[in-house]
Amino acid sequence: MSNAVSALQAKTYAGFAEIEEAGLRGMITLRGDLSSTKVKNAATGAASVDFPGMGECNCVDEKGVAWMSPDELLVMTPYADAQPAAEKIAKTLAKTHALVANVSDARAVFFIRGPNAREVIAKLAPVDLSPDRFKPGQFRRTRLAQVPAAFWMRDAETFELICFRSVAGYVFDLLCNAAQPGSEVGAF
Amino acid sequence: MSTRLATGGRLLNRDRALRFTFNGKQMKGFEGDTLASALLAEDQMLMGRSFKYHRPRGIVASGAEEPNGLVNLGKGGAFEPNARVTTTELFEGLTAESQNHWPSLDYDIGVVNNYAARFLPAGFYYKTFMAPRPAWKHVFEPFIRKSAGLGKAPKDRDADTYEHFYAFTDLLIIGGGIAGLQAAKAAGEAGVKVLLLEQTSHLGGRAPVDGVEIDGALAEDWIAATQAALREMDNVTIRTRCMGAGIYDHGYVLGYERLADHAPRNDGPRHRLWRIRAKQIITATGAIERPLSFAGNDIPGVLLASAVRDYVVNYATSPGDRTVVVTNNDDAYRTAITLKEAGLDVPAIIDARPEGGGALATRAAELGIRIENGKGIAKVKGGKRVEGVALCAQAGEGAVLEEIACDAVAMSGGWSPVVHLWSHCGGKLIWDEANAHFRPDAEKAPTSHDGLPFVSVIGIANGEIDTASCLEDADSTAKSLAKALGGKPRRSSTPQAGGSDEVPMLAVWKMPQGASRKLRAKMWLDFQNDVKVSDVMLAAQEGFESVEHTKRYTTLGMATDQGKLSNINGLAVLSDALNQPIPQTGTTTFRPPYQPISMGAIAGEARADLFQPIRKTPMHDWHDAHGAYWEPVGHWRRPYCFQKPGESVEDAVAREVKATRDSLGLLDASTLGKILVKGRDAGKFLDMLYTNMMSTLKPGKCRYGLMCTENGFLTDDGVVARLDEDTWLCHTTTGGADRIHGHMEEWLQTEWWDWQVYTANVTEQYAQIGVVGPNARKVLEKLGGMDLSKEALGFMEWADGKIGEFDARVFRISFSGELSYEIAVPAAQGLAFWEALIEAGEEFGVTPYGTEALHIMRAEKGFIMIGDETDGTVIPQDLGLHWAISKKKEDYLGKRAQERSHMTDPNRWKLVGLETLDGSVLPDGAYAVSNDLSRGQNSAEYANGAEAPINENDQIVMIGRVTSTYHSPTLGKGIAMGLVEHGPDRMGEELDFPKTDGSVVKARIVNPVFYDPKGEKQNV
Repeated sequence: MSNAVSALQAKTYAGFAEIEEAGLRGMITLRGDLSSTKVKNAATGAASVDFPGMGECNCVDEKGVAWMSPDELLVMTPYADAQPAAEKIAKTLAKTHALVANVSDARAVFFIRGPNAREVIAKLAPVDLSPDRFKPGQFRRTRLAQVPAAFWMRDAETFELICFRSVAGYVFDLLCNAAQPGSEVGAF
Repeated sequence: MSTRLATGGRLLNRDRALRFTFNGKQMKGFEGDTLASALLAEDQMLMGRSFKYHRPRGIVASGAEEPNGLVNLGKGGAFEPNARVTTTELFEGLTAESQNHWPSLDYDIGVVNNYAARFLPAGFYYKTFMAPRPAWKHVFEPFIRKSAGLGKAPKDRDADTYEHFYAFTDLLIIGGGIAGLQAAKAAGEAGVKVLLLEQTSHLGGRAPVDGVEIDGALAEDWIAATQAALREMDNVTIRTRCMGAGIYDHGYVLGYERLADHAPRNDGPRHRLWRIRAKQIITATGAIERPLSFAGNDIPGVLLASAVRDYVVNYATSPGDRTVVVTNNDDAYRTAITLKEAGLDVPAIIDARPEGGGALATRAAELGIRIENGKGIAKVKGGKRVEGVALCAQAGEGAVLEEIACDAVAMSGGWSPVVHLWSHCGGKLIWDEANAHFRPDAEKAPTSHDGLPFVSVIGIANGEIDTASCLEDADSTAKSLAKALGGKPRRSSTPQAGGSDEVPMLAVWKMPQGASRKLRAKMWLDFQNDVKVSDVMLAAQEGFESVEHTKRYTTLGMATDQGKLSNINGLAVLSDALNQPIPQTGTTTFRPPYQPISMGAIAGEARADLFQPIRKTPMHDWHDAHGAYWEPVGHWRRPYCFQKPGESVEDAVAREVKATRDSLGLLDASTLGKILVKGRDAGKFLDMLYTNMMSTLKPGKCRYGLMCTENGFLTDDGVVARLDEDTWLCHTTTGGADRIHGHMEEWLQTEWWDWQVYTANVTEQYAQIGVVGPNARKVLEKLGGMDLSKEALGFMEWADGKIGEFDARVFRISFSGELSYEIAVPAAQGLAFWEALIEAGEEFGVTPYGTEALHIMRAEKGFIMIGDETDGTVIPQDLGLHWAISKKKEDYLGKRAQERSHMTDPNRWKLVGLETLDGSVLPDGAYAVSNDLSRGQNSAEYANGAEAPINENDQIVMIGRVTSTYHSPTLGKGIAMGLVEHGPDRMGEELDFPKTDGSVVKARIVNPVFYDPKGEKQNV
C-alpha cells in the first residue's frame, strides 16, 4: 500500500480554526433496503457501531456508519480494511438486492477543529449550525460553496468533512480562506 | 458657510481627530463623523456635478437616501466609485474625490449643458434615436458619452476579501430604531431566536435627534437601557453596519454587513453577505423625508429639514449660519427650534399651510422665529451656494413678495415610510391621504409557501408617525409573532411616550401651486438623474400614462439612489398632470437591494483561485510539472498536450501522435465517467438506456454503446463492461458522468421504480490510464503480473489482477486504433502507477499525450466524438452507426423518436470523411454549398465568382458541414469528418467549402476511416 496516497497528503493550516486533510479513509457505499435487518447488520458488522437514524451517523475513530439517503449508507473503516470489508458485505448480501462499492479512493476527508469551527462551515454551507441545531451524531449532505460535501461532528469542537477527491484542493483552500484570522463572525 | 459648532455632537468623539483628503485637499474631522458631516464641517458643501446638466450639487440628506454626495473613494486596489458620503464613516487617511466634472469641481465645462437644458428634455436620449442616423454616431453618442456618468470604473484588482455567512433565525428584525429595539425586546423576552440588523453603526434611529421621550426618560437613555437588556439575552443577536438588503421568497433575506469600510485593515473581509432564513420577518425601516419642489431646490445649501437637524445634533455641524425652514408639516419646526437652540439664526419658517402649525409652531414663535403661513419659496437665489430665497404665496403663481437672505434652506415635504423591503416579495401598499404617503397594507402582506404572511412591518415604516403608537405597534406585533413562533410573550406593558400635539400636514407637490413653466423647469425631483417637474409633465403630455413607462422615459428614480427622495413627488406630479388620484397612478416596483451592495459581497469567496472548483486527477501535479498545456473539460483540467521546452503546441501534438503510433503513448483517462449498475433488472435497464443490447454481454467482455434521449438524439457513448451476473460498469464521456448518472437515477426513480437496479457513480474511485501503441503490451509485461497476452485478454475483454504491485482492472479497448489497454487502479495508487509506467516505458520512448492527440487519433480512425459529431440534433443513424442499434429489441429510449418521418428522411445529412484536394486543414464548422443551380429560383455569387442556388430565405443552399477537422501527422495532410446530404452515396465527389476570407476550399468525400480501415493494428 506504499503506493497509495491521499489527495493532499495530510496538509494542514492554522487559522482561527485548524484545517487538516485527514489522509486515507476506508469508505464503502452500500445501497439497499435500509429497513432490512440483513442490510443493517452487514453495515454495523463492518463498522462495529450502532445503526444510525435518518440524517445521522455513528462514528468511532475511523469506523462508522452514516445515513446518506433513504436507500444508501456510507460505511467507514480504516483504509486498509475497506476492500476486505466491502467484499464481506457483498458476500453477506449476495442474495439480497444491494450494491456495495469501495469508494475510499473517490473521496478526501478533512478535520476542522476549534471552538469556532462551526463558523468556518457556516460560511460555506447553507446549513443551520447553531449549537442547539447541529450536534455530534448528526450527518449532513450538502454543498460547500460550489461542490458537494458532507460533514458531521466528532465532538463539540471538531468537524469531519468529506468531498470528492478531485476537488480536495479546492475544498482545502475554501476552508483555509473561511478560517482566516480576522474573519471570525461571533455568531454562535 | 457650513461649520463645526463649538459644542455638542452626540456621535462625535472629539478626543480623536481624523485626517482625510478631498480632491487632494487636507481636511480634518472627528471619530464618529460621516464623510458628509466632516466635509460640511470643513465648509465643503459642493460635492459633485449632476448627471446630465452638470449643475453644482451639495448634500441633501444625512443617510442612505442621499442622491448627490457621491465620491470616488480610495486608491488602487481599494478604489470604489459612487461611495455615498452620508453612509461613509470617516477614518484616518480616507481619500475622496468628487465625480462627473472636468476639469475641476469648481470650474466644470459640462455645465454648458445646463444652459442648453431646454434642448435636453425628458426622453432626450430616446429622441436622439429618431434623428438622422449619422447624427447618433457622430453627434449624440460621443456627446452623451462624455457628459453623462458618475464615478470612474475601478482599474485595479480589488485588494479586499469578501465572504458569505449562512444564518437561521426565528424572527429577523430589520432596522434598529426604537421600534426595532422594542420588537427585539418583546420577542427576545418571549424566548424566540431573534436576529436584528441595523444598517448604521448605532442603534436607536433618529428618536434622540427628534427629542423623543420614552417612559419619562430621554430616548437616548431608553435606547441604552434596552440595548443593555438585549445584550443579556442569549437568544438575541444584533448586527450593526448590516443592512437588510432584500427579502425573497420563503423567508430568505440578504444582509449586507460592512465590516471594514469604517476602519480599513489588513486582515478579515471587507464585506460579509448574510444569507438568512427567517421564519418571520419584521421590517422596522423607518421613513424618509421628502423634498419640496420649488425652483432652485437643487442648489447646494438646500437640505432636508431632518438632515439639518441630524448634522447639528449628531455631528455638531451646521449647514449654514442662517437657515430658512420651508415646510408643509409640523415636524420641520423641530429643525428651526434645534438651530435656534444651537445659537444659529433662522430668518423665517415658511409654512405652506394657510393655518400654520400646532404646538411646535407656538414654541418656535416663542423663540422669536418669524413664521410665514400660507407662503412658499418662489425660487432659491444662488449658484454654487444658497444666497437667499424669494418668498411668494403658495396659492399663487410665484410673484415674489420679498427676498430673504440666508445660506441654507431646510425643506420638508412630509415623510414617506420605507416600504421597500415590505414590497420586495409582494407586499402591497395603500395610500394614506392624511399623511400623503404610501404605507404597507397589512391585509396584503407577502406570503410564504403556506399562503400565510411572513413579513410584518412596524413603526414609522408602517405609517405610525406618532412615537407612542409606533412603540405600541412594535410591541404588539412582536409579541403576537413570538407567540405564533412558539414563544411565551411577557405581559409587560408597552413603553409610554408623550404624543405630540401636531396639526395635519398639507400635501404640496409644487411650490407655488400655480408655478409657471419657467419655474417648473427648475424644480428638481430626481437630483441625481436631473429629472424636473417639467420633465414628468412633458412625459405625461407625450402620452406616458404608466408610472413605469414615465420612469424609464424620464429616468426618474433610476439613479443609484433608486428614487428614494423622488418617487412619491414624481408620481404625484404625474398624477396631477394626468388628472387622476395618486393611488390610481401607483408606484414603480421596489426591487432588491435596498441600497447598492458591492459585487465583492455577492461573489463572496468565489474569486481568484476559488472562482471555480477545478477538478484534478491524481496525476494532475505530475502533468503540471511536465509541461501540460491545459484544456478545461467540464470542471476538469486535462492536458491538451505536453510541451517540451521551446516546443510549439502544434509540434507537441504531432510528436505525441507519432510516438504513440510508432511505439508507446500514455493517456490520463481518469476523467471518463464510470457508473456501476447492479441488480436483477440491470440488464433490462441497460437495454433501455443504450441503443444496443447490453443484457447479452458476457461477463469479462466489453461493448461500445450509444445512449439517446427520448427524442432520439445521441447524448452519450462509451464502453460498457459486464463485471458479473448482475453488475455492469458503464463508461461515459468526461462531461457526461454526472449527467448520465442523473439520467439513470431519474428513469429509475420516476418510471421504473419497481425494477431492482442500483447505480453508483464511481468515477473518482479510479485513476484510469490508457497504455497505447505497438509496445503497450511489452511495457506492461515488463512490470509483470497478470497475463495480458492476446490469448489471455482479447480485444474488447477486461480482467482484474495485478500489474507489478498495483491493483488493476485492465480493459482491452482502443480509441486510437492501436494496441491499447485502459487500466484502472484505485485513485490513491494512480500517481505511483503512472510513474511506474513512465519509468518502465523509457526504453520505448514512452510519451504522455493529451486530448488533442487523442482527438486526432480517433479522427484518423473515423471514431465519432460526442459534442463534435453530435450537437443535440444528430441521431446515431446520421453517423452510420446502424451496427450499434439493436434490431432485436422491442424498445429503447429514443427508438420511437427515431422512427418519426423527419428522422427517417433520406435527405438527412450523413457522416462522411472529407479530404481537401490541396492537403490543407478545413476550417471547423465550415459549410459546404450546393452548386446545383436547379435547387433554387435565383443564384448568388459566394466566392471568386462561383454561383450557388438560394433558398426561400435568401440564403445560399447548404448541403453539409464540417464536424471535426485536424492535420493528421500520421498521414501528413488535413483530414476531416462532416455531415453531408446524401454523403455516403456521393463518395469521391468534390464539395465547395467557402471560407470566411472569401476563398474556397475544395474537399473530396471519402470513407471516414483514414487509418487502418481493417482494424489490424488494434487486434494484435
